[in-house]
Amino acid sequence: MYRLTGVTKRYSRGKETVEALRGIDLTIEDGDQLVIQGPTGGGKSTLLQMIGGLDRPTEGSVELDGVDLARISEAKLTRLRAEKIGIIFQSFNLIPTLTAQENVETALVPLGVKPAERRERAAEALRSVGLGERLGHAPAELSGGQQQRVAIARALVKKPKVLLADEPTGNLDESMRDEIMALLEGLWHEYGLTFVMVTHDSSIARRAPRLATIKAGQITLTEQRRQQQQQQQQQSYAQY
Amino acid sequence: MFGIYLKRELGRRKKAALVIALGLALGIALVITVNSVSAGMTQAQDKVLKSLYGLGTDMTVTKARSAPTGNSSGRPNFEFDAKSDDSDEEQSSDRVMTQGGQALKAALVTKVAEQDGVANAVGALTLNVTKVNGSFTQGKAQSTTGNSGSQGQGGPGGGSTAAPQVQGGGASFDVNSYSVAGVDVTDQTLGPLAGMEITSGKTFTAAQTNAKVAVLSKSYAKENKYKVGKTLKISGTKYTVIGIATASSNESTTDVYLPLKQAQTLADSKNKVTTIYVKATDSKQIDTVKSTIQKNISGTTVTTSADLAETVSGSLSTASNLATSVGKWLSVAVLAAAFLVAALLTSSAVSRRVREFGTLKALGWPSRRVTRQVVGESMVNGLLGGALGIGLGLAAAYAVTAISPKLTAQLGSTGGGGGMGGGPGGGPGQQSTQNTMEIALSAPVSPTTIALAVGLAVTGGLIAGAMGGWRASRMRPADALRSVS
Repeated sequence: MYRLTGVTKRYSRGKETVEALRGIDLTIEDGDQLVIQGPTGGGKSTLLQMIGGLDRPTEGSVELDGVDLARISEAKLTRLRAEKIGIIFQSFNLIPTLTAQENVETALVPLGVKPAERRERAAEALRSVGLGERLGHAPAELSGGQQQRVAIARALVKKPKVLLADEPTGNLDESMRDEIMALLEGLWHEYGLTFVMVTHDSSIARRAPRLATIKAGQITLTEQRRQQQQQQQQQSYAQY
Repeated sequence: MFGIYLKRELGRRKKAALVIALGLALGIALVITVNSVSAGMTQAQDKVLKSLYGLGTDMTVTKARSAPTGNSSGRPNFEFDAKSDDSDEEQSSDRVMTQGGQALKAALVTKVAEQDGVANAVGALTLNVTKVNGSFTQGKAQSTTGNSGSQGQGGPGGGSTAAPQVQGGGASFDVNSYSVAGVDVTDQTLGPLAGMEITSGKTFTAAQTNAKVAVLSKSYAKENKYKVGKTLKISGTKYTVIGIATASSNESTTDVYLPLKQAQTLADSKNKVTTIYVKATDSKQIDTVKSTIQKNISGTTVTTSADLAETVSGSLSTASNLATSVGKWLSVAVLAAAFLVAALLTSSAVSRRVREFGTLKALGWPSRRVTRQVVGESMVNGLLGGALGIGLGLAAAYAVTAISPKLTAQLGSTGGGGGMGGGPGGGPGQQSTQNTMEIALSAPVSPTTIALAVGLAVTGGLIAGAMGGWRASRMRPADALRSVS
């Protein structure tokens, strides 16, 4: 479970200080899905960085299962990211020189998984996202949707507790967007992940059980009707 | 993963990798070339010095130079009889002089050998022989009045009441100058013959202390058509040629080697030597031994190979100075530039991979693993540069050796009592002599030089990798997201 208390993040930009987050309080239960929405520069990605342990708040605490990510050492934070947090990026962020399988393997490297097991698990993860035939392909040989699937496989291959996605459909066309969203929703259900996603897309945001809107560094939470939402989603994704 | 990732990244950035490798290669090749040429210069200098010293000699002791006294100018003079008859008989005169006209008492050899730090001391007498031979032709004195002329002798002087004029006549003389070294035949491990290799016949035996035998240098024997078994005549004394010797350095400054006693007899220098060849017990203590000898035996000059090296001038010296000064600094400058370029290019490459490294950190790669990846790539670049540099350097060194540029070395300017610098071969009676020797330059590449090149390649890779790795380690995982937004 995530518990964010009074999270403030300030950046220095020359002589000016920019307050990206202002005293955010937020709780995310295990297995929850939270969509963060807001205008550009509102602090969405900054909040995601705090939750993902990619950056530390200037003030406040970010607790994951009772561990304050703002206070633990860099080594422990790195280890925690390697073990518990899977991240999906808007631009896929695949290593261009590595194959799809090798890209997925990179998530297992810091866990010390043996090469043979690494290869097997990466292949399995790629098969689970429908890319079993593309293991040896370089990112440049894959479509945008396929690249994002590789990125999803990379995020999930280590069986994380938390899946973070930063505009995962931002670089995809509409049909590909729905395909990826259906995949993410399916995986969320299948693995019981805590799923936090930043998006600009209102149609995606509307379907989320919980919606956090960030504007000028401040958060507004909207509890959307879960049951109804889930029913709608099931109907909506059934067609894919 | 490390190897696969490294291989793929280097494959993707072939041009950048090649630029870094070539920069390092250039610097390393230059270091190898300068080092090998420097080694060649040192070898050339050693050859020059050994041709004077002989192998195994650490220093020489000669008489301290003093001003000539009385009428002894040190110049040779020759006396030829004016013949009274009509003969064109050939006349010959040999003038034998000790090198520089100054010699030490042979007893000093023992005294030098007794000094602390001296392992062995051997005396030698170096002589310059000038042989003049030829003949006079009488001129004809002819009267201007038409009377039959009367013969004059050797020029004007044939008297005639009719004031005759001398026509024709003159002199034709050939001057042949060569050097002779008197060798202590009981100990040939030091001295003029030590660096010589007998190519025909044999060398002296210990029993031939006063035998009328000679060993000739190959060049002198060839020039004068001497062979083993033939007889050589010096100042009226006949010597049987028992051996032909070649200097291991391909340079010889002595033409004829005789037993020491014979040389002393020739020069009328009984119990005298011109040079004492000294071997120290410890080559690191040469300066100390030099001081000891100078302190304990007055009136002598002690010359070490280091002193002698300073007297080497000519193109060898110039090239040597160039190699050790300009070459060294040029190598350092090129290497520093190559290291800097490699570091900057690596750093720049890391900057272009912010998202990549940020992503890896976001995935949980520790900084050290990211740094290791960058350093690994740089090391491969460095080793590639090292391999290329070694190849280029070896090619350059091979080219220098194949071309074998000729360098001249002028040795010494202080013959006579001035020490070893004035080796044999100078003009007779000169107070200062100078030997010009021609040496073919080679560029030997030693394993140490190769090891140095590999070390430099690794250092270059490490410096570039450290710079890039440092930048990579400072990147935050949030940069993976930030570069997107």
